Amino acid sequence: MRKLIVSAYKEVLLLLRDWGGLAILFFMPSVLIITITLIQESTFKAVGESTLPIILVDQDAGEIGQLVAKNLAEAPHVQLVTEVDGQPIDAERARELVSDGEYQIALVIPKGISSELNEKVNHNVNHILGEFAVTEPDSAAQPKEKTWKAKEINIYFDPAAGHTFRNSVKNNIERMLSKVEVQKIYEVFVNEMGLNEDPGLLNGEIITFKETIAQKGNDGIIPNAVQHNVPAWILFGIFFIVVPLGINLVKEKNLGTYIRLRTSPVSYAIILGGKIITYTVICLIQFMLMLLIAKYIFPLIGLIEFDPGTQLPLMVLIAFVSGLAAIGLGILIGTVAETQEQSAPFGAIFVIILAALGGVWVPTFIMPELMQKVSAFSPMNWGISAFYDVILRNGTAIDIAQPLAYLLAFFATTLLAAIYYDKRNRTT
Amino acid sequence: MEEIIRIRNLSKRYTGSDRYALKDLSLSIGKGEIFGLLGPNGAGKTTLISTLCGMIKPTSGELWFDNLNYRQHSRKVQRQIGVVPQEYALYPTLSAEENLYYFGSLYGLSSRELNRRIADGLHRVGLADFAKKPIKTFSGGMQRRVNLLAGTLHQPNVLFLDEPTVGVDVHSKEVIMTLLHELNTQGTTIIYSSHHLNEAQHFCTRIAIIDEGKIVVEGKPEELIASVAGATTLENVFIHHTGSQLRDYA
Repeated sequence: MRKLIVSAYKEVLLLLRDWGGLAILFFMPSVLIITITLIQESTFKAVGESTLPIILVDQDAGEIGQLVAKNLAEAPHVQLVTEVDGQPIDAERARELVSDGEYQIALVIPKGISSELNEKVNHNVNHILGEFAVTEPDSAAQPKEKTWKAKEINIYFDPAAGHTFRNSVKNNIERMLSKVEVQKIYEVFVNEMGLNEDPGLLNGEIITFKETIAQKGNDGIIPNAVQHNVPAWILFGIFFIVVPLGINLVKEKNLGTYIRLRTSPVSYAIILGGKIITYTVICLIQFMLMLLIAKYIFPLIGLIEFDPGTQLPLMVLIAFVSGLAAIGLGILIGTVAETQEQSAPFGAIFVIILAALGGVWVPTFIMPELMQKVSAFSPMNWGISAFYDVILRNGTAIDIAQPLAYLLAFFATTLLAAIYYDKRNRTT
Repeated sequence: MEEIIRIRNLSKRYTGSDRYALKDLSLSIGKGEIFGLLGPNGAGKTTLISTLCGMIKPTSGELWFDNLNYRQHSRKVQRQIGVVPQEYALYPTLSAEENLYYFGSLYGLSSRELNRRIADGLHRVGLADFAKKPIKTFSGGMQRRVNLLAGTLHQPNVLFLDEPTVGVDVHSKEVIMTLLHELNTQGTTIIYSSHHLNEAQHFCTRIAIIDEGKIVVEGKPEELIASVAGATTLENVFIHHTGSQLRDYA
């Protein structure tokens, strides 16, 4: 036991004397979590809150153009642009402006769309009303079956605009155009039925949505971007312990202290045990530090405060077990690598791959099927799942038993693999 | 003389290599000897010392330490040996005292006894005033002296030394050799590997010259010199048995 404590104490001393290593362990993850959350928050604001200028080229100059212009002008966070430098914009100019990146979106309403829509709506309304004999049975006036070629409203997007951004804007414009169509049909109905007053059927929504987060119990935290981001980036920071730990082991081999350790009457498990104890404590300090930043520093820089609610003990448990998994990986990399040039880049890149697979950047459920299957083997995915189960789904210890068991199995496997590799290396 | 190390038909071939680093090597080393292992580069000296220290496992053959079989009693054997590697084998950011305390603790020495031995050891090698300074601030000679202390704090029965004086100043070398003589006088058997043939000639009580994984000759330094016609130094004996050809292995 004393050998284990002395080994752990030696690791603490080594860390305390290595300012660069401490920076990697504490300062860099703190900077990372603040930077990433700020960037994601500002991106979210860019799409959802800040004003987006949209060029409108109305070649139609009819009702549809006016309705679209009215709807765009009334839409929140949209600035309608119809001229540049006092000059009206035509379709070609709009395309150039978007292509040059000066604007992100342009809408071109083709000539004749209003008259064609009017004709189509009138025809269809008359046809429907004729079926119910609401209009006069005048065979000459009876509309004949007719087909229309769909008119296209062109939407130009900045080539640099992301897929998600394009989809989001496109959906909003489509919804607005549907509303315009419905409004037009409604007006013709009112007109054809000879009503003196608008019955106001379109005033107010008929069907609305109620968004409810399906959590267990009623005292769960309301999820927000910070609630999603903080656990993911905390886990990313914890796994980065692989880099200094790998370097630590490689350094021992290069310095020759490994020879002294391996020829002393102490098992490799004790030597590794000292490292495991120290680095586990480091992981927990790192976790608490990032949690404190998310709770107390975030509100100071305009971000939403991270609230662990009543789930803090379970979060600590997840951080502890995730830390063990990261330490196991670091020990394996440090045992196999022969130089720092091998261990440091490999460790860093491998952690980034595990993070990508684990759903730190992109949620696993929107990944391709193959990547979802691969993702199931990423320890970071198990860690994130456990964090989300606890924070967002208000889960209990039983709910996170499986991911924690996977993480512990990963720790045991990597540790045993490192011990086996070290033993095999000395016998061959 | 009572035997402390017995090696029988020891062979070692590394995985992927087509040559034996040690081939059917047999050797006995007596208690209290200062035994020199000499040989050209790649002769098998480091492999033999690493095998004797338990760092690597032999391909075949048997080793006994004080009548204890290495395979069956490796932990007991490790308690009785000390190793001073060619590398400084110390943590550069820790102080001399911290390094020695850590390595001494691994041998189960109590804190009080360990502190006493550290203070005494540092005083004997002239580093008492530098006990709390980090190793990285030490000169090569100072680091070599601490390196030697780290391998001897637990007062081993057998001490393995790999090039203990390489790259050190004259004064440090003098301190190191004096300490080694003192340890030997107190009963420690020393197994010493070096390229410093002159140092070996004066320091060792018996010498074995290894080449291509085999012992080509062994005996007391003066006997070996006498056995080669015209030889006046161990260097002449060395060249006689191993030739003048360069031995470079990659």
